[in-house]
Amino acid sequence: MTARLELPHAGEDLAMLEATWAEPRGFVGWCTHVDHKSIGRRYLVTAFAYFLVGGALAGLMRLQLSRPDNTWIGPDLYNQIFTTHGTTMMFLFAVPVMQALGVYFVPLMVGARGIAFPRLIAFSYWMYLFGGLFLFTSFLLNAGPDAGWFAYPPLTETLYSPSKRADVWAQLITFTEVASLAVAVSLITTVFKMRAPGMTLNRIPIFVWAQVVTSFMVLFAMPAVMLASTALILDRLVNTHFFDVEHAGDALLWQHLFWFFGHPEVYIIFIPGAGLVSMIITTFSRRHMFGYLAVVLSLVSTAFMGFGLWVHHMFATGLPQLGESFFTAASIMIAIPTGIQIFCWIATMWSGRIFVRTPMLWVLGFFAIFVCGGLSGVMLAAVPLNIQVHDTFFVVAHLHYVLIGGAIFPLFGAYYYWFPKITGRMLSERLGQSVFGLFFVGFNLTFFPMHVLGLHGMPRRVYTYPAALGWGSLNLAASIGALLMGFGVIVFIVDALRALRAGEVAADNPWGAGTLEWATSSPPPNSNFLRPPTVGGREPLWDNPVDQPTVVGLRADVRDVLVTHVLDAEPDHRVEFPEPSLWPLLTAIATTTMFIWSIFTPWGVVYGSVPVFIAMVGWFWPHRPDEGGTQPWPIRHRTLPLPNEAPASGGVI
Amino acid sequence: MSAPRTLDVGALPPGAFGSRSLMWWGTMGIVVIESTVFALAIAAYFFFRTRLPAWPPDGVAPPDLRWGTINTIVLVASCLPNQLAKRAGEHVNLRGVRIWMLVCLAFGVVFNVLRAYEFQHLNVLWDHDAYGSIVWVLLGLHTTHIVTDFLDTAVLAALMFIGPIEEKRFIDVEENSAYWYFVVLAWLPIYGVIYWAPRLM
Amino acid sequence: MRSGEVIQSVLSPAGAQAANIYHLWSVMLLVATVVFALTMALVVFALVHGIRGDAPSSERTLRRAVYVALALTVVILIGLLIESVWTGRNIASLHASSAVTIEVTGHQWWWEITYDDTVASRRVTTANEIHLPIGRPVVFKVTSRDVIHSFWVPNLHGKRDLIPGYITAIWLQADRAGTFRGQCAEFCGLQHAHMGFDVVAEPDADFVRWLDGRRQPARPPDSALEQRGHDVFMANRCAGCHTVQGTAAHGQVAPDLTHLATRLTIGAGTLPNTSEHLRAWVQDPQASKPGNQMPPNPLPPDDLEALLAYLETLR
Repeated sequence: MTARLELPHAGEDLAMLEATWAEPRGFVGWCTHVDHKSIGRRYLVTAFAYFLVGGALAGLMRLQLSRPDNTWIGPDLYNQIFTTHGTTMMFLFAVPVMQALGVYFVPLMVGARGIAFPRLIAFSYWMYLFGGLFLFTSFLLNAGPDAGWFAYPPLTETLYSPSKRADVWAQLITFTEVASLAVAVSLITTVFKMRAPGMTLNRIPIFVWAQVVTSFMVLFAMPAVMLASTALILDRLVNTHFFDVEHAGDALLWQHLFWFFGHPEVYIIFIPGAGLVSMIITTFSRRHMFGYLAVVLSLVSTAFMGFGLWVHHMFATGLPQLGESFFTAASIMIAIPTGIQIFCWIATMWSGRIFVRTPMLWVLGFFAIFVCGGLSGVMLAAVPLNIQVHDTFFVVAHLHYVLIGGAIFPLFGAYYYWFPKITGRMLSERLGQSVFGLFFVGFNLTFFPMHVLGLHGMPRRVYTYPAALGWGSLNLAASIGALLMGFGVIVFIVDALRALRAGEVAADNPWGAGTLEWATSSPPPNSNFLRPPTVGGREPLWDNPVDQPTVVGLRADVRDVLVTHVLDAEPDHRVEFPEPSLWPLLTAIATTTMFIWSIFTPWGVVYGSVPVFIAMVGWFWPHRPDEGGTQPWPIRHRTLPLPNEAPASGGVI
Repeated sequence: MSAPRTLDVGALPPGAFGSRSLMWWGTMGIVVIESTVFALAIAAYFFFRTRLPAWPPDGVAPPDLRWGTINTIVLVASCLPNQLAKRAGEHVNLRGVRIWMLVCLAFGVVFNVLRAYEFQHLNVLWDHDAYGSIVWVLLGLHTTHIVTDFLDTAVLAALMFIGPIEEKRFIDVEENSAYWYFVVLAWLPIYGVIYWAPRLM
Repeated sequence: MRSGEVIQSVLSPAGAQAANIYHLWSVMLLVATVVFALTMALVVFALVHGIRGDAPSSERTLRRAVYVALALTVVILIGLLIESVWTGRNIASLHASSAVTIEVTGHQWWWEITYDDTVASRRVTTANEIHLPIGRPVVFKVTSRDVIHSFWVPNLHGKRDLIPGYITAIWLQADRAGTFRGQCAEFCGLQHAHMGFDVVAEPDADFVRWLDGRRQPARPPDSALEQRGHDVFMANRCAGCHTVQGTAAHGQVAPDLTHLATRLTIGAGTLPNTSEHLRAWVQDPQASKPGNQMPPNPLPPDDLEALLAYLETLR
């Protein structure tokens, strides 16, 4: 039953509840927001803006490459453009946009009032915003990084990159990794400890599982690139010798560290996309996902296996053959869990009652493009073939097929699916079909020829190529395809702006979906759920019995949140969440200052850490004797249970 | 129509200790991240080791055992007041928390000062070669942790003196002690690598 | 230069290694095409079946179908793995005790080529052009003097990264005559796009003759014009970077020019080696390869013509 309960309940003050969870108005107020929906929205908008920047840079690249021996863009600018394009898309768009969807929707999908560590999420957003602005400002100042998104030394050592460009790249990493790690810790905590009662582990929505799995991957993968980029900055700034062969350093150490991060990174991007596919197929097939357990275990095993593949980025370095064979086997075998998901999706569709709307169109496009990308991936896993097409446009084709196919197509599906929930308006079905068509055709026209170009000998990262090699016509086709994709994105933006102003008003659950975010209004109220739900099945809006209880007893005068047990989501205790605060922004400003200062002198870390310390003290220091919602000192009797102690009384039905 | 069924959680406590608390999960997240950083730095150390014929290379002497070993003892010993602070926190015993956190801080002063001596007796500088670089970074990463651990313990201890104090703050004391344990435990393999790997390999 | 489809292509193998890889490619392409078609067909059928809302299959039937698909997937993947490992072993089996040994050292943005020999005086150093005997295994020992580059002649074999601090060996063999093009395939800075080289595969007798020719130092200038050009070369900066065997020029940081006039291209595969291109290159190498290490040389026209005449003698 999808109707929301509107009955007034004796003893509740919904008006007070909404006022308690309301965020302050005005610009300064906006800077203090800690509500996950507010932060999620700005995260999504900023990520989309960064996507447009990355796309514009790609457009410039395609213009330059549209004909041979083109002198329109010289090598120095081109190198900055392609590096900034890759860095933006990988670090500033693909991962953050999926995390942004998690920040907005995971609390709603698990039936919680908020996200764990709200101020940390706000801090994460500001670091993300400042990091991106730092990168683009540097680019505009002719100090954009220019050594590729993976910045191999020795090219990025001071001797061969004397300007600040490589430092900008390395420090951008620090910004984005801090932001991503913060969101990952929050999401894991939210999913394990703040689920609606009744949402046992096997009732967690697949998209939420995908976010959990991804967040764990972030915790283990991001440190590798942080360590590598820190070592690079140290080599450049204070003369350490990590990658300097003259002093026992090793260029391959970089590659191992970077790709230990870099391969899981692409699964960090793809797994949320796979979660979105599961979600959309479920809704538009109007049946539970076939093989839920298999799909969840596939996500988990993909995550584990993803950490065992990194050397396949290094097959051309001349490693021992036995080691190479292991990584070939692992790189091929990771196709198995993905295959399982594909078969479960097909089975779900087969046995469902499908209705096709724009989100489903994007999922269908995903199938074609991602499967193609996966197959070229299996080709690349084979060492002999890899050493021919590695570092050619064949790889450019492969990576765009899997990343755009596996993440961006589902993402656009999610945009159409969730736009009504976030904004309360529907996007246009008709324009949505046009966007899809332009993007699908444009994408294939752009990237399919690149497989051929790679096989015909065109390496990556070249600002031009000789006419005599005959690569001109395929490059021109690719550039035309890029224009089509650009048009598609423009139509999308036009539709979104139109819809915000005058779009059809959205119901609570326009798609008839089953998960909890649709059990509340579009957009949700400040408190997410006027009455927090409990759950009786995997698709609560489809499975809950009519008399499924709602939660009462949480305070309406403070931001009171229910914390539940990890495995069975039984209610455990309540926690008072923080009010809006300026400290996350202030801490982010201090941290940003420290990071940028440290590019110029190591003392930047020392002196810069003082304001950071001060801001963090301000952040954590309480104002009131009961700011955490517990008894002020002196207490009469303890109310907080120990780890093994049962609470005084659990939830009462 | 009868009144809808409800699940009344009003009587639940306003917090909990240990892995029941959200803060514990946040702390464990940091532990996982930092452990990964340490593990990868140790892996980098051994990567260099496998690439070079002599270790330490270039005829450099291994780091002096004295200061590192003394500091290891001090760090491990600090687990005692740390455990007592944790227990006091769980028992919501303000006096106990104040005393034992001050003792922890005293240990903290000692091991931070000793850490400076460790740096001076590594027998190599960070800019000498890759060996010097990785040793300084390994030690430096851990030093970042003992410094920040000291600082956040100091801030929390100050709060437990100055106020405002509430029952929830005792959960923070418990979480802080968990992080302290991590910092000490993470030191043990790093100590082994920096001081003993060049002697045993 | 002929089209890339012929002279710089994975799909035009001219030697055993590239042929092995081409075979693997063909197998994988066929399998991928079939798998793609099958998967898309399944998606389309499922979509149509789902839209029609026909009588739903039982969960048991669906489960069986998924198991079958999964089993088929595993079998295909294992087959491809075996094919890949088998191809790898074929490639690794190319070996010979008396192979031609060539050392390749990458520089920003040119290739230093040295033909090894047990007798030190018979070693040949050249740049940006490699000749190979048909039908004989050749081992390349590759490294870099500065940043990471990658040595790649797709018609003959896959690529091998040139990493400073590492020397690795890669074996290949040319099995038919032809002139092929290689290109650096690891981003190495400003002129990565213009770091190409020529590979000439020729019958053994021609190869030996070529190599013997490379061992000869530059012949002394004949005419007054050539002598003047030689003097211009030595008086300007040229000798500071370039080597011409048999003269006072022993620069180590730029390509060896001893036999420049016989090369197919100049600027590491950037321009065909004709007198107009050479004239333009000497005057201003930055025009066609901006950012490369060679500065412009604004010489008075008479000096320039003399210099070009001298360079013509370097055969």
